[in-house]
Amino acid sequence: MTEYVVLSSILFTIGAVGVLVRRNAIVVFMCVELMLNACNLALVAFAKQHGNLEGQVAAFFVMVVAAAEVVVGLAIIMTIFRSRRSASVDDASLLKF
Amino acid sequence: MDFIKPTIEYVELLPLFIVFGVAALGVVVEAFVARERRHVVQVSLAAAGVVGAFAATVVVGLDLDKTGSGRGLVGAEGSVVVDGPSVYLWGLILIFALGGVALFAERRLEAGVPAFAGQAAALPGSEGEREASTKGLAHTEVYPLVMFAVGGMMLFPASGDLLTMFVALEVLSLPLYLLCGLARRRRLLSQEAALKYFLLGAFSSGFFLYGVALVYGYAGSMSFGAIHTSVVNGSDNRTLLLLGIAMLSVGLLFKVGAVPFQAWTPDVYQGAPTAVTAFMSAATKIAAFGAILRLYYVAFGADRWDWQPMMWVIAILTMLVGAVLACVQTDVKRMLAYSSIAHTGFLLTGVLGVQAASELADSQITSLQAVLFYLTVYGFATVGAFAVVTLVRDANGEAPSFVRWTGLGKRSPVVAGVFSLFLLSMAGIPLTSGFIGKWAVFTVAMSSGAWPVVLVAIASSIIAVYFYVRYIRLMFFTDPDPDDEVASVTTPSLFTSVTIAVCAVVTVVLGVVPGPVLDLAAQVGDFIR
Repeated sequence: MTEYVVLSSILFTIGAVGVLVRRNAIVVFMCVELMLNACNLALVAFAKQHGNLEGQVAAFFVMVVAAAEVVVGLAIIMTIFRSRRSASVDDASLLKF
Repeated sequence: MDFIKPTIEYVELLPLFIVFGVAALGVVVEAFVARERRHVVQVSLAAAGVVGAFAATVVVGLDLDKTGSGRGLVGAEGSVVVDGPSVYLWGLILIFALGGVALFAERRLEAGVPAFAGQAAALPGSEGEREASTKGLAHTEVYPLVMFAVGGMMLFPASGDLLTMFVALEVLSLPLYLLCGLARRRRLLSQEAALKYFLLGAFSSGFFLYGVALVYGYAGSMSFGAIHTSVVNGSDNRTLLLLGIAMLSVGLLFKVGAVPFQAWTPDVYQGAPTAVTAFMSAATKIAAFGAILRLYYVAFGADRWDWQPMMWVIAILTMLVGAVLACVQTDVKRMLAYSSIAHTGFLLTGVLGVQAASELADSQITSLQAVLFYLTVYGFATVGAFAVVTLVRDANGEAPSFVRWTGLGKRSPVVAGVFSLFLLSMAGIPLTSGFIGKWAVFTVAMSSGAWPVVLVAIASSIIAVYFYVRYIRLMFFTDPDPDDEVASVTTPSLFTSVTIAVCAVVTVVLGVVPGPVLDLAAQVGDFIR
């Protein structure tokens, strides 16, 4: 069981580092999705360990939430790409000190 | 296998059903009602929904003594908790939701159109955008969106397990990301605010979810009651619990804008349409602090020696960073954003002042009571302040830059005076509600022995007084440079003026006679599991 939790933590870390180092908003967003999927793996692994279904049910809810997040996120990234011709998070820098 | 029908307490959960029902109805209205009538229908529907839900909340609150174990119940198969604090926070969120709907409905400031983009899909500066604005198009989707956000906000502090809390967090966040990007003017800034809020918000909810998984791994259950039992009984996997608490904190502290997760706050507050900022700064903070209180007091209350030191550090940093950075701003919306970060720090000071019931002296103010009261007074001051910001305009729409506000007190003494009142309340000057709020949270933190935090809090209050008073001086005692263009006050419709008036009256009344609301916050009792 520990192996799955370790794997999920590795995936989560890859996702988190990806969010911090990648520059394209779409790729950043994919890394967030990777983090959510790592959470799903951990939830399912813990559900197996504890022998109850709560974790597995939670994984379904997370998938639904992730899908809703894609809808909203891609809409926002699309509008900003259309008005700036760039999806780089470095170019979105009008708001600062 | 038999299918067992879940029991839903329809009466106690009625406020939630009304809000979500009206939100869904709003989507239907968007599809079937003719364009010219949509604005009126949507505004009336949203306002009726909020008022109806508030009435239902009051009824639920009055009957709370008779429901469940006498102080409320754990409903909807353990996923929603209707107890005193939930009902108080529902009422508060609904009051600010009504204010938000009123500010959204304001059409006089932009000469007949709302402050939202005519057509969000049209490129800024393009032919399509000009066409949409000459036709007077407007996105009335903002009303269903705001109702969904309000529903999420109400569910967030009332959730009875981690999964419901996560879903509520997303339900409140996703509509807000969209609302931030819908400004009619300065659309690039608005879109950028939405992008930043969305990416960082999604990142932080990833952390929150991993925290959910770890705490579930520790306790073997998602419900707060079961987590509490596991924490009390102890277990060998304490690493899981501590890591879980830390990661849940990332998600929650992000939502309230605590340091080191505050970076989004000024950008989003500045870029979002001001009506959205007003609603979001009050209601999101109330919902997120309600969730923080429930999670830390109910689920992790027995483990508070582990999380209190972390809260000390975060509260100290938040207050100092908020107050110091607010001093160097030149944009009033950014200044208010940094001041809201400082207020998050003051609220955290109240949160960390939690003590066991046995340690409390008789009739001593509890930490929960202090935080609820502070949220009330802060909400009214901040909604009022941002509502005033929508009025001060020049040829390019709102004029949030300091230069434009110079000497406003001579041109429009009433508006500048009301804005000063809100600033003084946020600064915590006696005879305004902010003073009582600060006094309450400092008292509880002091009595729990957090005197270093209180010392820093007093120091940052003094720094905060500096930048608030400097702004009042700028409005009243500084003459504008003759070369600079200055902004003037546009007369709003009743929607905005009534909102501002109510906020101003409440700010003064709660400063002079805080008793009734403090008593109400005391009567809500405690969280139930």
